[in-house]
Formats: sequence, structure tokens, C-alpha cells
Amino acid sequence: MSLATLSFTLAFVAGALVLSIWLKLGLQKDIIVATVRSTIQLLVVGYILKVVFKLDNPLFIGLMVMLMMVVATQNAAKRGKGIKRVWWRIFVAITATEVATQGLLLGLRITPATPRYIIPLSGMIVGNAMIVSGLLLNRFISEASSHRGEILATLALGGTPKQSIMPFLKNAIRASMIPTIDSAKTTGLVQLPGMMTGLIVAGADPIQAVRYQLLILFSITASAALTSIVLGFLTYPQFFTRLQQLVLPE
Amino acid sequence: MSQRARNVTESGAPGIRHTSSSSGDFATDASIEFRHVGKSMKQGNQIVPVLRDLSGVIPHGCVVTLVGPSGSGKSTLLSLCNLLITPDEGEVYVHGREVREWSIPRLRQTVGLVFQSPAMFPGTVMDNLQYGPQLRGETLGNPKRVLQSVGLAEDMLARDAGELSGGQKQRIALARTLVNNPEVLLLDEVTSALDPSAARDVEEWILKVHEERGTTLLWVTHSLEQARRVGDWTWLLVDGQMAEVAPTEEFFETPKSDVTARFLAGELGGGAS
Ligand SMILES: Nc1ncnc2c1ncn2[C@@H]1O[C@H](COP(=O)(O)OP(=O)(O)OP(=O)(O)O)[C@@H](O)[C@H]1O
Ligand SMILES: [Mg+2]
Repeated sequence: MSLATLSFTLAFVAGALVLSIWLKLGLQKDIIVATVRSTIQLLVVGYILKVVFKLDNPLFIGLMVMLMMVVATQNAAKRGKGIKRVWWRIFVAITATEVATQGLLLGLRITPATPRYIIPLSGMIVGNAMIVSGLLLNRFISEASSHRGEILATLALGGTPKQSIMPFLKNAIRASMIPTIDSAKTTGLVQLPGMMTGLIVAGADPIQAVRYQLLILFSITASAALTSIVLGFLTYPQFFTRLQQLVLPE
Repeated sequence: MSQRARNVTESGAPGIRHTSSSSGDFATDASIEFRHVGKSMKQGNQIVPVLRDLSGVIPHGCVVTLVGPSGSGKSTLLSLCNLLITPDEGEVYVHGREVREWSIPRLRQTVGLVFQSPAMFPGTVMDNLQYGPQLRGETLGNPKRVLQSVGLAEDMLARDAGELSGGQKQRIALARTLVNNPEVLLLDEVTSALDPSAARDVEEWILKVHEERGTTLLWVTHSLEQARRVGDWTWLLVDGQMAEVAPTEEFFETPKSDVTARFLAGELGGGAS
């Protein structure tokens, strides 16, 4: 696809702009910002990928993955406002997930150790881990505050912090994994996953594309569970003081 | 009442002592002792004092009723005794040992707290009664007797705890705490959500437990009649400060402080029975 052909699709954006003005939706600015941003971000990433693929240097691959994890952590941390030192906990959970999943994929030689595989797969694993982290923290905070009475009652009966909060941590872990599981259930029926679409458009055999997609699906489901559990267990102690008192994030 | 009153005289109970001069010494017969306790809490952007330089002693086996206007710090004072919160200043002693030096689960088992509107744990009445022992990996010996001790029929064991009436829940919460065999029982307005006859009933069961086991009671109540009926000593908390400490009869008959008289006349709010 040439740049010229691509630029024709800007007509769609122009259409959206016209509609927004006509219906007084007031979205013009957002549409323009979104268009410009996505263009720049993707172009930059495209060139960076090109360089990284060509160099095939572990250092650059590492840097690229690190950058993904930092951005993902930054984003998920917004959901955990009020929890002390939450940033590092998310970072550790996401890193653990990435290392374990890639370790398995590369260690068992399921995927080749080239940037062409490592980077896009990392992107999907880390991206999903980010969403799961955000969901977990959000849900965990609201579970803990709506069940404050039960937590306090357990503590007052001589229970440990862990005993008092475990049922609600489990609820939060469960809830954070539901979207991943649900989307796995309907995959292919509702929408074709991005990676598969990309492979097919680029001319790959659909069966081959499906195999890769399944690989992604399995990795993402496992990594969602891993992220959620690791982050949950790293986070719950932050809801208590050294003297086993409940302090809810504000 | 006379039985309890005798208990108190035997333990020779002063209600309050100023211990600023006597650093290491405390009443060995004291169940709970507050020494110059202060606590502030964050409200919005401000740090507001909730308890101020508060001292007091509760002798073993004594019933102290704690009254005061809404927001005067009564619930906060209770939470200090089982370390659900820590004082900013001063110390709280349980059986002569500072609360922060206790093993925390042990402290909370020894000092039971029943909340104003208790949360039921999911499951049956039986599950709720077993909850405390289960936390320690133990099993509950005789659940039926526990139910009887709060005046409930044994066929309730299989009922879903979430579907009980307010009064029944309150009794289950009380029973759940009693299963731990606490030596001190902190009661936070445990009867104020109940209708008068249910309230009276729960009150009787609490007193029965107190008489049978010699449990020390620190009993917060909005009902002045109840405070008078059940108390050996009565403490009045106003604005986080101890406004009066007196034997219950004296407190109601001949209040020493002006504040108490005004509180009893209903002028401070929150004291209406
Ligand atoms: N967790 C908390 N955070 C901030 N402020 C609190 C907290 N708990 C209590 N307070 C404040 O401390 C003060 C005393 O509260 P407390 O609940 O001890 O009063 P109380 O005497 O039990 O009142 P009531 O009779 O209404 O139950 C109140 O002003 C209350 O707003
Ligand atoms: Mg209260």
C-alpha cells in the first residue's frame, strides 16, 4: 500500500469531521488530535521497529520491551491511586508475566528468538497485563471499601489481614480476568483478532494465521491470570498497617 | 445488679486515676487502662483531634457504660482497646500490658468487639459461629449451646445468616464474639438498632454472660436508661475528653460536673433515651 493510497483514507476522517460540525457534536478537536497522534505514534514505532529488526541486537530488544512495560505500568498505576508504592508492584507483576511467558515461548522454542516475534508478542502480553492490572486494582479497592465491615469483623475476631481480605482479593482477581476469558470465548465469532487480520491481509495462509492467534490467546489467558494473582498478592498488604489495621486507599 | 456492684467494691475500683507521676505502675486488677490517650483523624483536609488526653481505668469484671453526644469519640475509644486503631499519644493497657506489645490476634481474641451494625459473613448461622475458631484452624465444640447463650433456638444453625432480622443478626454477632471466650467485651451500641423489647432481651443475655463468665464490659449506649440499668460505672465523653467518671447511680443522681447535668438534660444532643 502506497502512502498516496493511505492518504485517501483521510477522507473518512474528513467525513467524521463534517458530521461532527454539522451535528454540533463538538468533537472536531478530538478527532484531529486522535488522527495526528495515531499517525505520528505509529509512524515512529514503524521506523523504530524497522531499525530494531534490522539490528537484531538483544540490547535494543530489551530496551523496547522495557519501554513497553514502563508505559503500561504508568497507565495501570492511574487505577491504583491511593495505594502506597503501587507503581513498583505493577511493574513487578507485569515484568514477571512477560518474563515467564516469553521464557516459556522461547525456552520451549515455540517461537524463534528474533525481534520479529518477541516484540509484537510482548506488546500483546504487556498490553493485556496492563488492562488486567487496571481492572484488578480498580475492583480490589471497591471490593475492600464496600466490604469494610466484614474485613473489620474478621480482624476483630483475631483474624490476620490476609484472612480478612482474601475473599475480596479473590473476587477482584476473578473480575479482572473475565474480559480476557470472555473475549477468548467469542474470538473469531464477533471480531477477527488484530494479529490474525494483519497476517491474512499481508497474504498469510489463514490456517497459519489461526495457529499464531491461538498461541497469542493461550499466552494472554495464562498471563492475565499470572499478572492478576501476582499483583493482587503484592498489593493486599498495602491495605494494612504493621499493626494489622485496615487502611483503605483514599 | 447487686452482684455486680459487689464485684466492683471487692476490686476496690477507682474509675479514674492520674498516672502521670507513676510511670511503671498500673493497677494489676485493671482490665483496661487508658493513659493520657490522644488521637487525631483526617477529615477532608484537616486533622481533627478526636480524643484528647484521656485517662481511665476499668477494673476486672466491671461494667462501664460509656455515654456521650454523637461524634464525641466513643467508637474510637473502643477501637483503641483491640488495636483496630493506634493512639497518637499515650498508652492503652489490657491486663497490664500495652496493646502494642500483645500478639495482635491474641489481643483481639481476648478483647472482643461487637459493632453497631454487624456484618454477617456469607453462609449459614453455623458458618458465622464457626468463623472465629476457623481462623485459628480450630473447630467449634458446641454450636447449639452458643446459640442458647444468646437466647436463640438451635434450629437456626442452618439458616442463611444474611436473611435474619436485625435483632437476630445482632445476637449472632454477639455469639460469634463470645465463641472466642473474650475476657473483655466492647459493645458499640449493640441494641440501638433494635426495637425496645428485642433490645431489652439482648441486654439481658449480655448481662447473663457477664455474670456467668465475669467478663469485663465497656458498653457504649445511646440509651441513658440502659446506661443506668446495666452500669457499675459511667463515663461521659464530650468532645473527645472525659467529662465525668462516676459510679453509675451517682452519675445520674448527683452529677458533679455542669456538663453532665446539661448532657442529662438533653442539651448536648445524642443523649436522648
Ligand atoms: N475513620 C475515620 N476517619 C476520620 N474521622 C473519623 C473516623 N472515625 C471517626 N472519625 C471522627 O471522629 C469523631 C469521633 O467519632 P466516633 O465514631 O468515635 O464518635 P461516636 O462517639 O462513636 O459517635 P456516635 O455516637 O455517632 O457513634 C467524629 O468526628 C468522626 O467524624
Ligand atoms: Mg459510634
